[in-house]
Amino acid sequence: MGSVAELLAKRLVFGIATLWVISLLVFSAVNLLPGDLADAILGQGATPEAVAAFRAELGLDQPVASRYLNWVADILHGDLGRSLANDRPISELVAGRLANTVRLAILAAFIAIPAGVGLGILATVYRDRPFDRATTTASLIAISFPEFFTAYILVALFSVTLGWLPAVAIETRGGGWQQALREIALPALTLALAVVGYVLRMTRAAIVNVMAAPYIEMAQLKGASPLRIVTRHALPNALSPIINVVIINLAYLVVGVVVVEVVFVYPGLGQLLVDSVSKRDIPVVQACCIIFAATYVLLNLLADILSVLSNPRLRRPRQQV
Amino acid sequence: MQLWLKLMRAPLSAKLGMAIVAVNVACVVFAPWLAPFGETEIVGQSWVPGFWGADVQGAPATWLGTDHLGRDVLTRLIFGARNSIVIALVTTILSFSLGITTGLLAAAMRGWVDQILSRTVDLMMGFPTLIFALMVLAVIGSSIPAVIGVIALLDATRVFRITRAVATDIAAQDYVEVARLRGEGMGWIMRREILPNAITPLAAEFGLRFCFVFLFVATLSFIGLGVQPPAADWGSMVKENSAAISFGILMPLFPAAAIALLTVAINLIIDWTGATAGGVHDDH
Repeated sequence: MGSVAELLAKRLVFGIATLWVISLLVFSAVNLLPGDLADAILGQGATPEAVAAFRAELGLDQPVASRYLNWVADILHGDLGRSLANDRPISELVAGRLANTVRLAILAAFIAIPAGVGLGILATVYRDRPFDRATTTASLIAISFPEFFTAYILVALFSVTLGWLPAVAIETRGGGWQQALREIALPALTLALAVVGYVLRMTRAAIVNVMAAPYIEMAQLKGASPLRIVTRHALPNALSPIINVVIINLAYLVVGVVVVEVVFVYPGLGQLLVDSVSKRDIPVVQACCIIFAATYVLLNLLADILSVLSNPRLRRPRQQV
Repeated sequence: MQLWLKLMRAPLSAKLGMAIVAVNVACVVFAPWLAPFGETEIVGQSWVPGFWGADVQGAPATWLGTDHLGRDVLTRLIFGARNSIVIALVTTILSFSLGITTGLLAAAMRGWVDQILSRTVDLMMGFPTLIFALMVLAVIGSSIPAVIGVIALLDATRVFRITRAVATDIAAQDYVEVARLRGEGMGWIMRREILPNAITPLAAEFGLRFCFVFLFVATLSFIGLGVQPPAADWGSMVKENSAAISFGILMPLFPAAAIALLTVAINLIIDWTGATAGGVHDDH
C-alpha cells in the first residue's frame, strides 16, 4: 500500500501548492493596479488625509506579507471584502449566485454524464457500424462548436420556433419548481451538449484501448455477446480513465458555465464575474476567480485521487518475490 | 505534383474541410474586394432580412440581411474573417514560438531549468484558462494586444508540454550527444539538432492549437472583452446581435456558424492527416 499512499500524498501536496499559487496570483492582481484600492474607491477628489485614513481602515498601510495573510484568513472565514461598484459585502453578492451556478452545473452533469458514458459504451458495442460512426462524428461536431452557437441553435429551435422554453432565464420569484425547471432547461442542455461529446469520445477511446487485450479475444472466442464483452470484460478495466474524464468534465462545467450564463442572462457567478471584469470591480473579480479556481483545482485533485484508487494495479501492488 | 495527388486522394470530409478553409483564407486576403459594402457602411434599416425576404419594404440588395445598426451582414462576415482569423493566427504563432523555445530549452538543458519550467507550467495548467484570462484582463484592461498576450501565454503551456515530450526523446539520441561532445553551443543543439526532428509532430499540433485559440478569442469577444466595435469580428457580431434571436431573427446564428464551420473544417483536415484527434477542448 506504500506506493498508493505516496502517490496520493504527492497529488495532495501539488493540489495545495496550486491553490496557494492561485491565491498569490489573485492577491497580487490588486497590487498591480495603478494606485491602490483606496484611491480606486475614493476617486481623484479625495483629500490625502481621507485616503490615508481609509487606507488604514482597509489595512493597506501594512506590509504586503501581513496583508496577504489577513486576506487569506478573511477568505477562510467567509469574508470576501466589499464590492467597489456598490459597496455591498461580496459574500452577500456571491451567495445566491453561487447556488444558481451550482444548480445549473449539477443539472447539466446529470444529463451529460450518463448520456456520454452510455453512448460511449454503446459506440464500442456497435464499433465501426453506422451507430458508432454517427455518434463519433456528431460528438466531433458538438465539441467543435462554440457554446454560444449551440445555445442559439437551441434557442432558435425550442423558444422561437416551438415556443416551449424561455430564451432568457430571468429569475421569476414564486413560479414554482416547474417554472424554475423551464428556465434552467436550455442553459443546462447547452452545457450538457458541450460535455456529452467529450465524455463519449473519451469513454469510447478508453474501452477501445482495452479491447485489443488477449482476454477480450478469449471472451469473443468463448461466444460472449458484444454487450457482455464490453460491460463485463472491458469496462471494469477502463473505469479508471473514465472516472478521470468524468470528473475533469465536471471541472470544465464549473468554468464553461461562464459563457452559458452570459448567453442566457442566467443570474449566476459567471455572469457576475464577466460583469465585474467589464466594470473592473477587482475585489468581486478576485472573489469569483478564487471560487472558480478552487473548485476547478479540487475537482481535478479528486479526479487524480479516484483514478489512482480505481486502478487495481496501483491498489494491489504485486508481491515482492 | 505529389502533393496534388495526395490531396486528390483525400476523403470527402477532408476535401470539404479544405474547401471551407480555402474560402476563409480568401476572405482574409481579399476582404475589401469581395465585400459588397464598406466595413462600417450603413446600408439600411436594422435587422432587415436577406435573400429569404427580399420583397420586404425598404430592403436593400443584401444577401444575408443587415445587423443591429443596419450594416450588411455578409460584408461584416467577410471583414470579420480578417480580424477573427488573423488574431487567432498571430496568437498561435506567438504561443508556438514561446512554447517551442521553452520546451526545447527544458529538453536540452534538463536539470534545474527543466524542473523550474515544468513545475511552472504544471501550476499554470492547474488554473482554468478562461478564469485566468478574465482576471488578467480585469487588471490590465481589455485590448487586442492584451488578449493576444494572455491567450498566447496560456496556450504556450500546452505547446511546452508537447515540445518537451517530443524533444526529450530526440535529445537522448546519439547524434545529439555527438554534437554536445563536439562542443556545439546550446542554441545550435536546440535549433539544428533537435528542432528539425521535432517539427513534424509540432506542425500536426498547430491546427489543433489554432482551433482552441480561435474559439478562445471568439469566446472572449462574445462576452465583450475581445475585439471592440466598430471593427468586425465574428464573436462580437454574435454578441451585438444576440437580442435579435428572441424576436425570431436568426442573424446572430450566421457569425456563430462561421466560427463553428471553420473549427469543424480544421478538425476534419486534422482527422485526415492522422494527428491524434482528442478534440478541441483538450484541456477543459
